[in-house]
Amino acid sequence: MTMVINNTLNANEYHLRIIKSSQEGNGYSVHSLKEQGIMSRLIKAGLGWGGSLTGILLFVAMWEWGSLHYGSFLLPGPRDALASIHNFSQEGELWGAIWATTWRAMAGFAIAATAGLVLGLMAGLSHTLGRALEPVSTVLLGIPPIAWIVLAILWFGSGSMAAIYTVAATTLPVTFAGAQIGARTLDKRLQEMGDVYCVPGWMRLWDFYLPHIVSYVFPALITALGVAWKVTVMAELFATEEGVGAGLAMARVNLDTAGAMGWIMVVVVLLLIAEHGFLRPLQKRMEPWRQGVVQAKS
Amino acid sequence: MATRGGAGKIMMSLNDVSLTLGPNQILQAVDLQVRPGESVCLVGPSGCGKTSLLRLAAGLVEASSGSVKNHFACTAAVFQEPRLLPWRRMLDNIALGLKARGVPRKERQDKARELADSVGLAGKYALFPHELSGGMQQRVALARALAIGADFLLLDEPFSALDVGLRNEAQELVQHLVVERGISSLMVTHDLTEALRLAHRVIVISGSPGRVVYEHQVGEPFAGRTQAWLYEAAAHLLRQPLVNQSFLYNPQSEMV
Repeated sequence: MTMVINNTLNANEYHLRIIKSSQEGNGYSVHSLKEQGIMSRLIKAGLGWGGSLTGILLFVAMWEWGSLHYGSFLLPGPRDALASIHNFSQEGELWGAIWATTWRAMAGFAIAATAGLVLGLMAGLSHTLGRALEPVSTVLLGIPPIAWIVLAILWFGSGSMAAIYTVAATTLPVTFAGAQIGARTLDKRLQEMGDVYCVPGWMRLWDFYLPHIVSYVFPALITALGVAWKVTVMAELFATEEGVGAGLAMARVNLDTAGAMGWIMVVVVLLLIAEHGFLRPLQKRMEPWRQGVVQAKS
Repeated sequence: MATRGGAGKIMMSLNDVSLTLGPNQILQAVDLQVRPGESVCLVGPSGCGKTSLLRLAAGLVEASSGSVKNHFACTAAVFQEPRLLPWRRMLDNIALGLKARGVPRKERQDKARELADSVGLAGKYALFPHELSGGMQQRVALARALAIGADFLLLDEPFSALDVGLRNEAQELVQHLVVERGISSLMVTHDLTEALRLAHRVIVISGSPGRVVYEHQVGEPFAGRTQAWLYEAAAHLLRQPLVNQSFLYNPQSEMV
């Protein structure tokens, strides 16, 4: 939900930016402005990357320091974690686990995204339906994921289904809320314009509703994706024989702290790849009209 | 009051129209006609129901009583704000009405490009609305209205957000592309000189609920409407007691 609010804030910010840039455009040579823009953008990007790298290195350094302080049994260092990941890969566990976890997370996420989008759209467009579905969504949001896992194991038995179901049930309210707010905040003035130009229903959906809703849905999807990975791992811990979560369960049994750290690293890397390698580039492609904002933020 | 205006039969008419929204009566017993090729400007203080009258003419609201008849083949509108789709490029925005009518992509893009050129936006085809200035956005909105080949154009204070220079430019465009081409128009404005510059007929609406209080046929040809003439004509109009009253501060009109 906070992501969604941020998004509207960004929209305002971006209007301000437009006003500013249109004011700046007067009186200056456009060419020099453009060059300056590219230079400052490069410097900004460099600083951004440098900043992120500094943060990561600082974190790793503190981890290493903690490991030296507490001993590698309680807190294995980053090198121990990497070594155990290497170990998993040699034993052939690693890729199987990554695949199992990925497809469960993605399947649950896909179900939640589709169902949440459709239901959210309907709830946003129809007030009656919105009022009926909202409490249901709140109830779903209030049920802890761990409770879903217990229910899922009782209903579906141990296995992939239990994990997928849990992921879908916990992420559905997030995508639902995103789509609902998106559909509810459609600009009335644009609707009226559509009326005057006799815009047919299919075109309204494609040209008026969807682009607007997408801008609300993406932040919700990114949040949901993060939840999906975490919940998958948790569900696997209880309900499955393979996957990253099962690996964690194994590590617990064997008191293999380094192994647990290794699995955690794997999940974090998977999440980062899914978000920055897939969802964010997709958002950039689908919303070129927002490019200015994305660049301004980074 | 003579209301000869353009020649020919009445194409759009409001007959004894009243409009009540919730507890407020907005318009009362309004009669209004637009003939082919005629440019009619509605002026009046804010809150007198000018915009509501336009929405009635556009068919966006139903009259509470009386009848609204529109025999024009194709009606388009330019609003106070550009109301462009922020996620569509300029050409696609201009071509919106054509797309809604099922015109093939190639054809509507050509038509849109032609119109973009005629409103002075050549070469900016692929820009998004936020990359255009306020004046440019309003010109895109005008091009969008012209694209569907409308024979009746509704304009709701389309230039009120523009500064003096841009406003002058936009009025010139409307004069050349709408009035002089014989497209009928009904335009709302709160600026008397703007109305006098573009209208065949100026209608003053005032009061709460709003009603037509004065009608003025502009005899001067468009070529003769110089700046000096405009000020003179506006001053003349303001000397009419009914017009004067409606443009003076009126605490009642603020309550709507």
